[in-house]
Amino acid sequence: MAEQSAAAAVLTTTPAGLYCPAGDFHIDPIRGAARALVTHGHSDHARAGSTQVLATQATLAIMRARLGPNFACSLQAIRYGEPLTIGDARVTFVPAGHVLGSAQILIEAHGRRVVVSGDYKRAHDPTCAPFEPIRCDAFVSEATFGLPVFRHPPAVDEVAKLLASLRVFPERTHVVGAYSLGKAQRLLALLLEAGWDRPVWVHGAMESMIALYRADGVRMVETRHVTTADKPKLGGEIVLCPPSAASDIWLRKMPDPLVAFASGWMRVRARARQRGVELPLVVSDHADWSELCATVKETGCSELWVTHGAEEALVHWARTQGLAARPLHMIGFGDEDEADGLSTETQA
Amino acid sequence: MNRFAQLLDRLSYQPARNGKLRLMTDYFRHTPDPERGYALAALTGALSFRHAKPALIRDLVGERVDPALFALSYDFVGDLSETVALIWRADESAHGSNHPPVLLSEVVDGLARAGRSDLRKLLASWLDALDETGRWAFLKLITGALRVGVSARLARTAVADLGGVEVDAVEQVWHGLEPPYLPLFAWLEGKGERPTAIDPAPFRPAMLAQPLNEKDFEKLDPREFCAEWKWDGIRLQVSAGRDERGHRLLRLYSRSGEEVTPAFPDLADALGAIEARDFALDGELLVLREKRVQSFATLQQRLNRKTVTAKLVAEFPAHLRAYDIIALDGEDLRALPFVVRRARLERFVKEVDCPRLDISPLVAFEDWPSLANARENPAEAGAGEDGAAVEGVMLKRRDSIYVAGRPTGPWFKWKRDPFNIDAVLMYAQRGHGKRSSFYSDYTFGVWRASADGDELVPVGKAYFGFTDEELARIDRFVRNHTIERFGPVRVVEHGADKGLVFEIAFEGLNRSTRHKSGVAMRFPRIARIRWDKPPREADRIEALELLLKEG
Repeated sequence: MAEQSAAAAVLTTTPAGLYCPAGDFHIDPIRGAARALVTHGHSDHARAGSTQVLATQATLAIMRARLGPNFACSLQAIRYGEPLTIGDARVTFVPAGHVLGSAQILIEAHGRRVVVSGDYKRAHDPTCAPFEPIRCDAFVSEATFGLPVFRHPPAVDEVAKLLASLRVFPERTHVVGAYSLGKAQRLLALLLEAGWDRPVWVHGAMESMIALYRADGVRMVETRHVTTADKPKLGGEIVLCPPSAASDIWLRKMPDPLVAFASGWMRVRARARQRGVELPLVVSDHADWSELCATVKETGCSELWVTHGAEEALVHWARTQGLAARPLHMIGFGDEDEADGLSTETQA
Repeated sequence: MNRFAQLLDRLSYQPARNGKLRLMTDYFRHTPDPERGYALAALTGALSFRHAKPALIRDLVGERVDPALFALSYDFVGDLSETVALIWRADESAHGSNHPPVLLSEVVDGLARAGRSDLRKLLASWLDALDETGRWAFLKLITGALRVGVSARLARTAVADLGGVEVDAVEQVWHGLEPPYLPLFAWLEGKGERPTAIDPAPFRPAMLAQPLNEKDFEKLDPREFCAEWKWDGIRLQVSAGRDERGHRLLRLYSRSGEEVTPAFPDLADALGAIEARDFALDGELLVLREKRVQSFATLQQRLNRKTVTAKLVAEFPAHLRAYDIIALDGEDLRALPFVVRRARLERFVKEVDCPRLDISPLVAFEDWPSLANARENPAEAGAGEDGAAVEGVMLKRRDSIYVAGRPTGPWFKWKRDPFNIDAVLMYAQRGHGKRSSFYSDYTFGVWRASADGDELVPVGKAYFGFTDEELARIDRFVRNHTIERFGPVRVVEHGADKGLVFEIAFEGLNRSTRHKSGVAMRFPRIARIRWDKPPREADRIEALELLLKEG
């Protein structure tokens, strides 16, 4: 390819993360930066310590709730689809369909269009605005599930699996591990769609995010704080908690807990067994392999950068499609949502 | 196939026996014939497909998927069937989206008919029509390893639950039936007569003994009991008869009714040579060399082999040491008193004079102390050179009839005292089901010398032998003394002065190349928790090695 790389003309990688010299800003910096553009509220993308932060209203609200009111010196909210000029660059936030407020960022500079995807998915999710593909010269994509073995089933079917289990084991408490931001609310909304008419009992660590979604008008099934429950009477009920709490001491008073876990990693049986999960639910807030490939094609890009995840396979595939592709091997991502490590145990 | 796949999927994640039963019964209740019958056949191991080999499946997927992407995926997933199930992409040009759902019966039938050449196309078309879970179950099914933790007996128990009958009622008619078992389901759902047991060599549910407590002796009268050696082998039932065409049939069954004939062709041939008699014997499977009983460790080398070679048979000849006769020449002997059956057994074994069959001798005793003495020193009390293969004594009431299960009173097992060592807790892992929030699986070790002074080396794992209160206390100890974590495993502090000592009881010791310590314990469990004992006073590996030499 004789042309200079479009992505390299607009973005560089620095120790703090992706940086755009034309606008003098970082995207999702992993350490404090002078100006940070934040794609969404998960803790591996939205960190405290930057001077100025630009993000959607919902992402700023999530950051405030999780990081405290003083996580940056100045905040600026931006609406989806409304371009903003920063220095010599023009940026537009476009829905990414990942969690509430999540955005891709389109950067136009030096006559090139580059899109940084953040985390995204294409599947149905009643809790956030759906992903919109953007035509661009270069696409900077995540690849959390960037292997062809990952093809997420419809989330509705997985919720049906949970309801079927409640039918077969009506005396057991169904304890569902789910990430506090995004996954939990999506399950609550899907349960409402599926006609679940009893309250879902939730772990204290999830309450603030659920309240925040409700305030934004997201419709979900009724929730109650699990500490107010008469635990021995929770047979046949659903309890929602962070994954790290799904096998801990606080479950002991519940009748014969059945542990479920909602995550894209549940596609691989060994992962589920390792965690002692009895009912794996393959529900993910990330694009699966087919969505990744389809999205790359839809953008019409001639160049692909892969930020994090299973970069190697997606880069290999992109090259077979005639694209210039390169892995960025960025560190610090994938720590919160769908993180695979054994996080510290919490007690409730 | 979809429902069956979902069943296998749930079973594979369900650790509890009752949970597995519930899932299977629910499936049998809500699935029509003949699908459920073939599922039952698959779960009981009654189906086998010769031509579908892993190499063929690898080959098929190679036609569809970029080899680099397949390699990266296989590396990540780690299981061939699962990788293929997940990565397979339907050939949409060939089928479109409205291929009718694949039925399990269609798969069973299709594979039985397909020649080698049609097989490729057939497999590909099914893989195209199934979803991920369906493909996984399909590949497990045809490659012959379901591995979902269900024994044939458990599957039959689930079917019995469907009709609210005891599993033994199903066992009695089982061997006269064939997939898809329509008369069985009709009977269990009250829509048909009970199938007649036409199996000429059926399994008869085994009678089991209850463990003896020392204080039971006060209530028991020695004159009412006979005693036998309790052999350290495998319980085996042999059943022989002839079908309506007069063909002889002989089957070997495990204690739970699984047929194990193919594993012991030498024994089956020897017993099959007994002419013109129909019989059912209950006894112990042992390996004998020059008429001497070999250790359980030796017998174990004969077990769980995929193929039984001539070399294996010659090196580990299988033998039946009989202690009961429950049918003879068309007569059911189970309602007769033990002493009457015993007399018949003695006569039978003598008459047939089969080199692979002998009788387990009675142990002479006058009172309980003399029996206790025999149990302590079997070699001197009549077991002679076979004394090392004795693991205790059996007590059987002279008037006891042979009944299925473990009745209270007629039969007792009085095992030799277990071995005991003091070992130090090293690693802990969470349990399953009700124990999923407790660290209840413990790896323990003993001291051995190393270049840097004494170190602990793991010698075994135990996960029972404690009360719920003790479990809660150990769990707290584990959480408060964790020094490192590896995935689900916690490393618990273990040093000369810090750590927790368990008194471990176990039944025996084998040499093992898989364990770092070189030994493997049989049936280890926690006898006592020694909160008081400093780890430095725990046992050393030499104590175990001494036991190995004695064994």
